[in-house]
Order: sequence, then structure tokens, then C-alpha cells
Amino acid sequence: MKHELRLYCEKTKLADLRDFLVKELSHSNLTEVLKNELVLAVEEVCANRIIHTHGCNPSNHLHVGVQQHDDRIIFEITDNGEPFDILDYKTPDLKEVIKERQKNKAGGGVGIMLVKRIMDTIEIESHPSWYKVRLIKQLNSK
Amino acid sequence: MLTISKKQEDNHMLLLLDGQVDASNSVELDEAIHEVVGQGHKKILVDGSELAYISSAGLGVFMSYLEEFEEQGIHFLIYGLSEKVANVFHILGLDQLITIKSSKEEALETIHEA
Repeated sequence: MKHELRLYCEKTKLADLRDFLVKELSHSNLTEVLKNELVLAVEEVCANRIIHTHGCNPSNHLHVGVQQHDDRIIFEITDNGEPFDILDYKTPDLKEVIKERQKNKAGGGVGIMLVKRIMDTIEIESHPSWYKVRLIKQLNSK
Repeated sequence: MLTISKKQEDNHMLLLLDGQVDASNSVELDEAIHEVVGQGHKKILVDGSELAYISSAGLGVFMSYLEEFEEQGIHFLIYGLSEKVANVFHILGLDQLITIKSSKEEALETIHEA
């Protein structure tokens, strides 16, 4: 089964994304803690794309897909924005992020750190007309 | 949706968070903390028992005040987090940098000892 959501690039739509993901995961046997981790990781990628790639332009949108298998769950976030390779992004030390945050309150830094710590595999596919982030969580893993 | 209530109790200021904190409303959390810090409160408690969700945007708000709390000698505690929300703090190691207690009683004990 494959399910998809069209998510418009507005920060207020993140609540809709969470509702969609919670519903998608509602029939799984995952713990509430793990479900919340997965929702969070997908939201962090989407928020990153919405804010930094699409500048919160509400006429742009992302596609979010969920595929549930016996041994793993795959989330795919696809859009037509500029590529940004989160695999290349060097996750800063938490203390550095805190220091940076004193100077720039709006600064980010920990969203991608969360994604990397929660997911088992992150794959990027970049094409001239679209960009895809695939997040894979093996079940019964970390 | 996020509702933040402020309540002055005995010797501390209490912030009650109800709902979900994400990139769309983390500025509200920032404004609430900014206000109570600006009022000179030195003991600030956050009731997180009705906090259903927090993303990096919300965690970032707490992180942005850590040095200020230390410099100004502000005791800042969060209590009552659900297991799934506490887990998010734990993934980042923020539970080592912010005092997190399971109940209000424990939070008050810690603040009275301070």
C-alpha cells in the first residue's frame, strides 16, 4: 500500500502533515515513542524544504509518500525545488548550535541532527526537474 | 495549535504549554519565555504535561536561552513531559543541558533547594 499527501509550502500545514502521518502509522504495531520519532523526522525534512527551499511559498507543494513493509517503513518527500544534500550537511556539535542560537534566535541546526539520529537510511535522488529525500526506518532496529 | 498560559505562584513563574510546538508557532514560545525573563523572574517552571508534540523549532527556542539562564542565574525547569516528548529531548541530549523533572513536586523540590 502506498499513500500520499500533497503538502503546500506553508508552515501552518505542518499540522496537516502530522495528522496524515499519525493516521498512516495508526495501524502499525509501533510504540507511541517510535511513531512520534518517525513523524518528527519526516516533519523536519518537510519543514526544511518548505522554509529554506521554497521560502514558504504557498503555491508550491511537496509530495509525501509512505510505504509500509513488514521489515521497514519508507517515507519519500518529493518536490521540484533546488537540491540540498542533507547527507553532505555536517551536523554541528550541540554546544556550537547553542552558542550560535544566542546570536541568531531564528537559526536552525538541530532538525537534520534529529533526522539522522532517528532514521536508519537517508537517500537523496536529484533530477533536473525533481528532488527526492527517502527516509528508511528498519523495524526492530535502533 | 499551542496555548501558553502564565501563572505567578509563590516564588516562581509557571508557564503551561498546551498543544503542539512546531515551526509555525515556536515564536509564541520564544515570546513567552522572553517576557518572563524580561520581567526579572529567576525561577521559571514549565508545565509540559499537556505538550503533545515538539519539533526542532521548539527545542531551538529552549536552546537559545540556555546561556542567558546561566548568565542571569535563572533556574529553569521543565516537568510533566510525556514519554514521547521527553524522548525527543533525549535524542538530542538536551535532557543533559535542561533540568527535566517528571512531576511538579520534584520540580518544586529542586527549585527550593536551589
